[in-house]
Amino acid sequence: MRAWGPLVAAVGENPSALRARGPAAAEIAALWWLMLGLAAAVYAVTIVLLAVASRRAGRYTLRPGHGFVVVCGVAVPAVILVVLMVLTIRTGVATLATDDEPALTVQVEGRQFWWDVRYDDGAVVTANELHLPVGEQVEVELTSDDVVHSFWVPQLHGKLDMIPGRVNRLLLQADEPGVYRGICGEFCGIQHARMHFVVVAEPREQFDAWLEGQRAEAAEPAGDLAAEGREVFLGTSCVACHAIRGETGPNAIGPDLTHLASRRTIAAGMLANNRGNLAGWILDPQSQKQGARMPPTNLEGPQLQALLAYLESLE
Amino acid sequence: MTTVTGDRLDDVWATRPGLVGWLGAVNHKQVGQRFIATAFVFFLVGGVQSLFMRYQLGSPESTFLDPETYNQLFTMHGTTMMFLFAVPIGEAFGIYFVPLMLGARDMPFPRLNAFGYWAYLFGGIFLYSSFLAGSVPDSGWYAYPPLSGPEYSPRSNLDFWLLGVTFVEVSGVIAAFEIVVLILRFRAPGMAISRMPLFVWSLLVTATMILVAFPPLIMGTVLLELDRKVGTGFYDPAVGGDPMLWQHIFWWFGHPEVYIILLPAIGIVSAILPVFTRTRIVGYTFIAAATVAIGILSFGVWVHHMFTTGINLLGLTFFTAGSLLITIPGGVQIFAFIATLWRGRPVFKPPLLHVIGFLVVFVFGGLSGVMVASVPFDWQAHDTYFVVAHFHYVLIGGVLFPVLAGLTYWLPKMTGRMLDDRLGTVAFWLLFAGFNLTFLPQHVVGLLGMPRRVYTYPSGIGWDVYNLLSTVGAFVVAAGMAVFVADVVRSRWRGAPAGDDPWGGNTLEWATTSPPEPFNFRVIPIATTRDPLWDERPLDLAGGPAWRRELAHPVVSRREMVSTSVLDAAPHEVLTLPIHSLWPLGLAAALGVFLIGVMVDRTSIGLVGLAGLAVCVIGWLWSRQDEP
Repeated sequence: MRAWGPLVAAVGENPSALRARGPAAAEIAALWWLMLGLAAAVYAVTIVLLAVASRRAGRYTLRPGHGFVVVCGVAVPAVILVVLMVLTIRTGVATLATDDEPALTVQVEGRQFWWDVRYDDGAVVTANELHLPVGEQVEVELTSDDVVHSFWVPQLHGKLDMIPGRVNRLLLQADEPGVYRGICGEFCGIQHARMHFVVVAEPREQFDAWLEGQRAEAAEPAGDLAAEGREVFLGTSCVACHAIRGETGPNAIGPDLTHLASRRTIAAGMLANNRGNLAGWILDPQSQKQGARMPPTNLEGPQLQALLAYLESLE
Repeated sequence: MTTVTGDRLDDVWATRPGLVGWLGAVNHKQVGQRFIATAFVFFLVGGVQSLFMRYQLGSPESTFLDPETYNQLFTMHGTTMMFLFAVPIGEAFGIYFVPLMLGARDMPFPRLNAFGYWAYLFGGIFLYSSFLAGSVPDSGWYAYPPLSGPEYSPRSNLDFWLLGVTFVEVSGVIAAFEIVVLILRFRAPGMAISRMPLFVWSLLVTATMILVAFPPLIMGTVLLELDRKVGTGFYDPAVGGDPMLWQHIFWWFGHPEVYIILLPAIGIVSAILPVFTRTRIVGYTFIAAATVAIGILSFGVWVHHMFTTGINLLGLTFFTAGSLLITIPGGVQIFAFIATLWRGRPVFKPPLLHVIGFLVVFVFGGLSGVMVASVPFDWQAHDTYFVVAHFHYVLIGGVLFPVLAGLTYWLPKMTGRMLDDRLGTVAFWLLFAGFNLTFLPQHVVGLLGMPRRVYTYPSGIGWDVYNLLSTVGAFVVAAGMAVFVADVVRSRWRGAPAGDDPWGGNTLEWATTSPPEPFNFRVIPIATTRDPLWDERPLDLAGGPAWRRELAHPVVSRREMVSTSVLDAAPHEVLTLPIHSLWPLGLAAALGVFLIGVMVDRTSIGLVGLAGLAVCVIGWLWSRQDEP
C-alpha cells in the first residue's frame, strides 16, 4: 500500500462537483439541486400511481383513460420541461464571460498522459499544475497535441474537451483559496486513469510571487552534488525529452522541469513530489504507470543521488 | 388444426435433414431462434466482462487487471452489449414473432434473412477473434479518432473493431429492410395498419430508423479504416481532416441507436401488459403515434453527446430542447402503460414482474436523462459515472427487463415448455435488487468527480465505498442471471407443456401450436380487430375465398404466402418463397474472407473473398430455389 496522506494533501481531498469553490460550479450545483428536487417529485408521483395501479382491481371507481395519459404524459411534463429549459439557458449564460477582459490567459495542452501549462504566451512553462489568483476570471485555452482529452476541475467548472487542431476556451474562477483536483474527462489511452492535475488557487500576491518565481531560469546548482547531478541530467537520456530553462533548449516531449521542485506532484497527480517517489519514477516509471511515455533510466546509485539532489534544487 | 403425415404442406415446409439442411435453413423461426440464442450468448459474455471490471474497481489501486486489459474489457463490453446484443435481440424478436403476429408464414426474403444471421454471427466472431490475435480493441465502443487512428492505435486492434462492427451493421440493415417489407406487405388479410399489434408498430419504426441511422455509420467506419489502411486523413487535423467529423457521424448513428434498442422493448411491454392485466391496452393510437414521434425526434438529439466539445452555447441549447422534447412521447407511453395496469386485473407472474421492473427502473433513468440533457449540468456529468449510471438505468431498465419479460412470455411459444414461476420470480428479485445496488451509487460517485473508463482510482478522495457497493451489486445481478439461465435450461426437460395459448393471449401467435408448425398457420388467419383472439375465438379457420383453401391444401409443392396491401391489408397475390439455400452462408463466408484480407493486408486473400462474393451473388440470383 502506498501512503496516501501526502498525496491527498497535495492534490486536494474530494473533487466533488457539488463542493463548488467557483461561480460556474456553484451555478451548476444549484441547477443540480433544483433538478433533483423536480425529478424526485415526478418520480414519487409516478411510482405512487404505479403502485396504486398494481393493486388488485375492483377497489377503484376511477378508471383512467386518454385524459389521464394526456395530463400525465403531455401537459405536466410540458410545463416542467419549459421550466427546465429556462433554467438551462439561465445557468448556461451565467457561466459565459462577463464583459471584462479575463485577468489572465493560460494555455493548457493535453498530452498522453500529462498537461503542458503555459503562462505569458509561453514565457513560463510548467506541467500538471495550474495556479490561479483567487476571485479573478482566468481564461484557459485548451488544445491537444495528440488525442482528445478533456480538462475538468469539478469544483470550479464543468469539463471542456481538448481537441487536436482546435482551441477551446474555458473561463475558470476560484472564489476560495485552496488546492483542487483536475481530472482528464475523456478517455485518452492506456493511462487515462492516471491523468490528473492540481489547481492551486491563491491570493493575488502569492500568485504573482509564484509566477515571478516560475519566470526565472533554473537556479545554479548549489553544491557539488547538485552540480554533478546537472551533469548527469545533461549527459543521459533525460535531456532528450525534458527542458530546463537556462540549461537546455526548449523541448516539449516531456514536462518542463525548470521548477520541478516547486510542484506538488509528479506523474500527473499520481505521486506526491518527494525524493523517494522521484527516485522510483526516474528508474522505473513503467511499473507504476504502464504505458506512460517515459522510458526507464539506467543509473548507478551515486549518479541517481546526484540527479535527485539537482532536481530537488530546482525550486 | 390437424397435421397429416405425408401432407404436401408439411413436406414442403420441412427442414432438410442433416447438417446441410441445418446450414441451409431459411425459415424465419430457425433464423430468429439462432439470432435470439446468439444474442443471448453475447449478452452473457459481455456480462462476464463487466464482472471482471467491477472486481477491479471494487477497491482503489487494485492490480487485479492491468490497464491494457481493463481498457480492452470496457471496449468489448460496450461493443458487445450495443452491437452484438441490444440491436440484434430487438431484431431477433421481430424476425421470430412479427410473422407470427401478422399471420404470415415467413419473412418475405428468407435467404436474405439467413444471410443477415450469418453476417451477424461472423461479424461477432470476427470481433472476438481479436482475443486470439492478442490485439483486442481498446478505444471504447465509440472509437474516437485520433486515439483510434493509425498513429495512436498502430496495431490491428481497431481494424478488428471497424471491420467487425461494419459486418454486424450490414446484418442489421438487412434485417431492418426485411422487417419493413414484411410489415407493410405481409399482414393477415383484414389487419389494417391501424389494427397492427403495437409490437409490430415498434418494429416498423425501429427498422425504418436502422435504415436511416446505420448506413452513415458504415460510411464513417469505412472512412476511418481508409485513414488507417490507405493513409487518407478524413479525421486527421494535420492534413486538414477533423476528429469532430467522426463524432458527428458516430452520434448521428449513436443516439438513434439508443431508441433503436429501446423501441422493440417498448413493443414487448405493449404486447405483455394487456395479456397480464386482462384488459385492452389504453391509448393504442397514442402509443403508436408516440413510437413514430420518438423515431423522428431521435434524429435531433445527437449533439447531446458532444456538449463538452466546445460548440457554442446557442447551438447546444437547441439539442437540449430536442432531448427534452423526446421525453413527452416517452411519458405518453409510460402513462398509457400505467393506465392499462390500473384498468386491468394484474396477474403477477414473471413476465409482468419484469414489466413492472422496467417501469420502475426506466422512469428513473429517463429522469436522470432529462438532467444530463441540460447543457451546464452535462458539463459536469459528461463522461463520469453519473452517465454510466444513467444509461444503465435506461438500457437495463428499458431493454434487459423487457427482453427477459419477452423471453418468459414467448419462450413457451418457441419451445412448447413453460418456465418455472418461482425460479422466474427469484431471478427477477435478484436482478432488480442487484441492479439498483450496482448503479444507484454510481450516480453519487460520478457527482463526486469519478470519470468513466478508468482502470483504477486513488484512495482517500471519497470514491471507495460507492465502488465497493457497485461491485457487490454486480455479483448479485450475476446470480440473478444464473438463476434465469438455469430456469431456461431446466424448462427444456422439466418444463410443463405449454399448449397453444398458455396466457390467454390476444394476438395471432397464440393461435398456432407451440412450437409453431414450420408454416406457422395452415389456414391463413383473417384479422378484423386489434385483439383477434379475444374478439373472435375460435378463429374462423374455414371458408373464405378460394386462395385460402388452396394455401391450406396446396396443389403444388411450394412454400406459398399471401401478400396484402399496405394500408388495408387487402389480399393482393400469392407468392412463392425459397425453401433451402446455402448461398447466404457462402456469401457471408466470402465477405468474411474479404475482410480478413483487408485486415491482414493481403491482397490475395482479399481477391479470393471478392471472387467468392461474385460467385455467391451470381449463384444466389441464378437460382430461385423455390422448387423442392
